[in-house]
Amino acid sequence: MPTFFERRQLVTPGDLIAEGEYIAGENAYKEDNKIYASRVGLVEYENKRVNVVALKAFYIPKVGDTVIGTVIEVGFNGWMVDIHSPYLAILRASDVLSRPFKPQRDDLSEVLNVGDLVIAKIVAYDRAHDPQLTVGEPGLGKITRGQVIKITPTKIPRLIGRKGSMISMIKQETGCHIIIGHNGIVLITGKRLEDEQLAMMAIHKIEEESHTTGLTDRIAQLIKKEKEKAKQKEEIKSEPKT
Amino acid sequence: MSQKLEKLIDKKGLRLDGRKLDELRSIKIEVGALSNADGSAYIQQGKNKILAAVYGPKELHPKHLALPDRMVLRCRYHMAPFSVQERKSPAPSRREIELSKVIREALEPSIFIEYYPRTSIDLFIEVLQADGGTRCASITAASLALADAGIPMRDLVASCAAGKVDDTIVLDLMDTEDKVGTADVPVALMPNLNAITLLQMDGILTLEEFEKAVNLALEGCRKIYTMQKETLKAKYIGVKEVEE
Repeated sequence: MPTFFERRQLVTPGDLIAEGEYIAGENAYKEDNKIYASRVGLVEYENKRVNVVALKAFYIPKVGDTVIGTVIEVGFNGWMVDIHSPYLAILRASDVLSRPFKPQRDDLSEVLNVGDLVIAKIVAYDRAHDPQLTVGEPGLGKITRGQVIKITPTKIPRLIGRKGSMISMIKQETGCHIIIGHNGIVLITGKRLEDEQLAMMAIHKIEEESHTTGLTDRIAQLIKKEKEKAKQKEEIKSEPKT
Repeated sequence: MSQKLEKLIDKKGLRLDGRKLDELRSIKIEVGALSNADGSAYIQQGKNKILAAVYGPKELHPKHLALPDRMVLRCRYHMAPFSVQERKSPAPSRREIELSKVIREALEPSIFIEYYPRTSIDLFIEVLQADGGTRCASITAASLALADAGIPMRDLVASCAAGKVDDTIVLDLMDTEDKVGTADVPVALMPNLNAITLLQMDGILTLEEFEKAVNLALEGCRKIYTMQKETLKAKYIGVKEVEE
């Protein structure tokens, strides 16, 4: 049972990764007892499973995922939400209003209008139906302030880090509150704009260098360095006054 | 018409642009040339200059065209008015509509279209400069654009033509050879799976000549395939080098 690529080696669609009793995992497929890659990515072996960690992909909804989306349409009994996926999501009015709702009485665009951003959870999705959202849990609902950035959804696990090590480090260092949507949209809310910008810069850096080792430490150093710089600048500014 | 022109192959066995009989034109490929597309590629094959852009997968509009069991691949092959000697009308011609269909059908088998039902992928191919063999170069570039967009694929599709010029079978015809020559055989191949996705013939060939032309074109496809893979990998290797 030979394998033709080492762990973390770059493959392109159609590359023959392994032959024999292997199972095709993520972004791989099996034909004639051979495992091929179906996306550009890095090879990972997990016992008999062959996975390809995609370097670029789009978000496919999964029940239970937290996502951040934009309202693009107000309908009669709900909203259509763009969750940066091939499928539009439905958010029902009865879910948001949490009381019996009458189309004659309630103006839905007063609750959520086109362009509003929402944090929501996917409650139902399958091949035949569009994903359905809910905001009926703590922490979900309309976004009122903060910065929103988009990264490739495949890099979300790297941003979270092992047991959340990466994201908790960024939160601690920048003092920002960060919510990660599984669809690749990240919301950052901090006390000052500078803190938010620092967190944004760190996240972009992670996206660019997601497949490198020792990233958490380097990001921590980067944030510290930037903080030093900001402090020095402030000192220069405040000096003429004294 | 061909009688007026000088010989297409000289005594040394070299062609009009100095190529050997089984030699490809110089090829330059770039992946991710357009920042606003989900995936894109640019190819220069000899004097051909072609851009391919992919958008999607996304919700299909109008909705009634959506298929319940697979995605829809929509393809538009278009030649810019300035792409040929004589100005071409920008309106899609009969030939362009046909080529759009041919290219779509050459690429569809390479995509896992059953993975994402009710969606669509839009593929736009813009020929900026044409010099023969644009359908093949378009397929080569479009396949890379699809891979760049992160669409799950069985294999990359590489495409190349062979033909008969001055009673000889030659690889990768350019415009003059295509027009003056007697036959043209464009082929598209998924090399790792060894599956042909496009095979056309225009002109007259004997059975032996046809077989020879197909085999020559397949050889060309394999050469192009290695170039495709190299360019696709080069885009990400740049990122990898930062870590060391």
